[in-house]
Amino acid sequence: MTALSEIKDGLGEKIVDCYQHSPKRFYLKIKSKDLKVAADFIFNQLKMRLVTCTGQDTPQGIEILYHFSLDKTGEIFSLRLLLEDKKNPSIETLALLIKGADWIEREMWEMLGINFIGHPNLKRLLLAEEWPKENFPLRHEHEHE
Amino acid sequence: MSHKIVVPIGPYHPLQEEPEYFRLYTEGENVVDIDIVLGYVHRGIEKLSESKHFDQVPYLVERICGICSNSHPFAYVNAVEDLAKIEVPERALYIRTIIAELERLHSHLLWIGLAGHFIGYNTVWMWAWRYREPVLDMFEMITGNRQHYAMMKVGGVRRDILETDVPLLKKTLDELAPAADMFKGAVMDDPVIHARLKGIGVLTKEQVIEWCVVGPTARASGVDIDVRRDDPYGVYDKIDWNVIVQKEGDVFAKAVVRILEMYESISIIRQCVDKMPKGEIDANVKDVPAGEGIGHVEAPRGECFHYVRSDGTNRPVRHKIRAPSYVNVASNKVACVGGTISDAAITLAAVDPCYCCTERTAVIDRQTDKKILNGWDLVRLSQEKTQRLKK
Repeated sequence: MTALSEIKDGLGEKIVDCYQHSPKRFYLKIKSKDLKVAADFIFNQLKMRLVTCTGQDTPQGIEILYHFSLDKTGEIFSLRLLLEDKKNPSIETLALLIKGADWIEREMWEMLGINFIGHPNLKRLLLAEEWPKENFPLRHEHEHE
Repeated sequence: MSHKIVVPIGPYHPLQEEPEYFRLYTEGENVVDIDIVLGYVHRGIEKLSESKHFDQVPYLVERICGICSNSHPFAYVNAVEDLAKIEVPERALYIRTIIAELERLHSHLLWIGLAGHFIGYNTVWMWAWRYREPVLDMFEMITGNRQHYAMMKVGGVRRDILETDVPLLKKTLDELAPAADMFKGAVMDDPVIHARLKGIGVLTKEQVIEWCVVGPTARASGVDIDVRRDDPYGVYDKIDWNVIVQKEGDVFAKAVVRILEMYESISIIRQCVDKMPKGEIDANVKDVPAGEGIGHVEAPRGECFHYVRSDGTNRPVRHKIRAPSYVNVASNKVACVGGTISDAAITLAAVDPCYCCTERTAVIDRQTDKKILNGWDLVRLSQEKTQRLKK
């Protein structure tokens, strides 16, 4: 049984859309409310490793990709979700579930202004203390010199 | 009430001589908690990348790290080639693999030297760096540069390996193999190093999985992962080689993994040189279509991950980069706690972290605000522990 079919069996209708870009690269769209259940299943049941997350400012909202790697086969499954409220994007934290998510959530919080609800230590990771608040470098409205 | 003292290692790391700040909370000799502060050399490369065209990005990402300056461009070109489904000529794949393994050799030699210095084995330091020099000479011969080789490009490599370069490359590898034997003997047969490094800075298999740790740091804890085998790129699937795994998870196991990996690297380069076919080295890519791609490579420190998204213009619309130290350094939160101050230096260094610059540290008594120790005192403490063990 392939990992993809295991995910589809385990998460059922929580997978809104799925596409395979190349033999070992899969992108699975989910709703933001299902993130914790999906991540828990993929990390704890299927034993995948959280590589990192990519946050992105898109015209439709703030998009987050959670890249999971199945090291046995070299496949990478990226969970994709969209936070439509660009003013106050927020999502449940994964840091309590996966310790490796701690830093990348802090980074997305300071770079894109995404609020990770329940994060145990949501403070700046890379930006300086004196960097102005509400100025998120990876948002498109941010002008860099 | 216990008397807690904060031992700040940094903001310029006294040993790696790069900016990163470890705040150790100690009770007596023991480290009870650690706070990691970073970002001193954050340059906004992900954002900068959005303003470069696809052919300029390798030069940019090469400058993320001076030591593994091939790994980032390699992961980036893999990502763009995944995005655009580009077939790379076979000779270029062989050349990429040779450069990547030469890089692992010089990086591991660098670490062995530094680790030797931290525990008071300055002879190991001098010898390791002496044998690193010929590897850098090979880079200069092949690429024109000792660092920042500028070899990777989307669709191929920028320079060929000339037939006239091959004899010297082979000779250098032949001379490096006995040096690797020497280091193996110096570390694995020395009772003082066993006493000094075994059981120190242990990271268990479960902790590695929880913290999503990668590379030699994960392999030293019995987690058998290596991108080169798991998701082959370059020509790693056409070459006969082994993934080195140890079970113990301590600093000693991490040293053993890196030393044994040097043999594999030498063997991989030898096989590549012999098997390398003649032919083109560049697919001459003109455009990158809209889409997204993921590339990852096994850098000397672990998996280096790049995600690239294109909207069909000549620049990436998003470029996410995750270097291996990003996850490995975070694991110091568990590896360091429970040890002593004299072991903190080598434990923090054992993940082979990658940052840059000069030293500044001070141990300050919180109650009296008086300075007790500086950076060199930390090195001295670590070296003195080895001296005690030698007696």
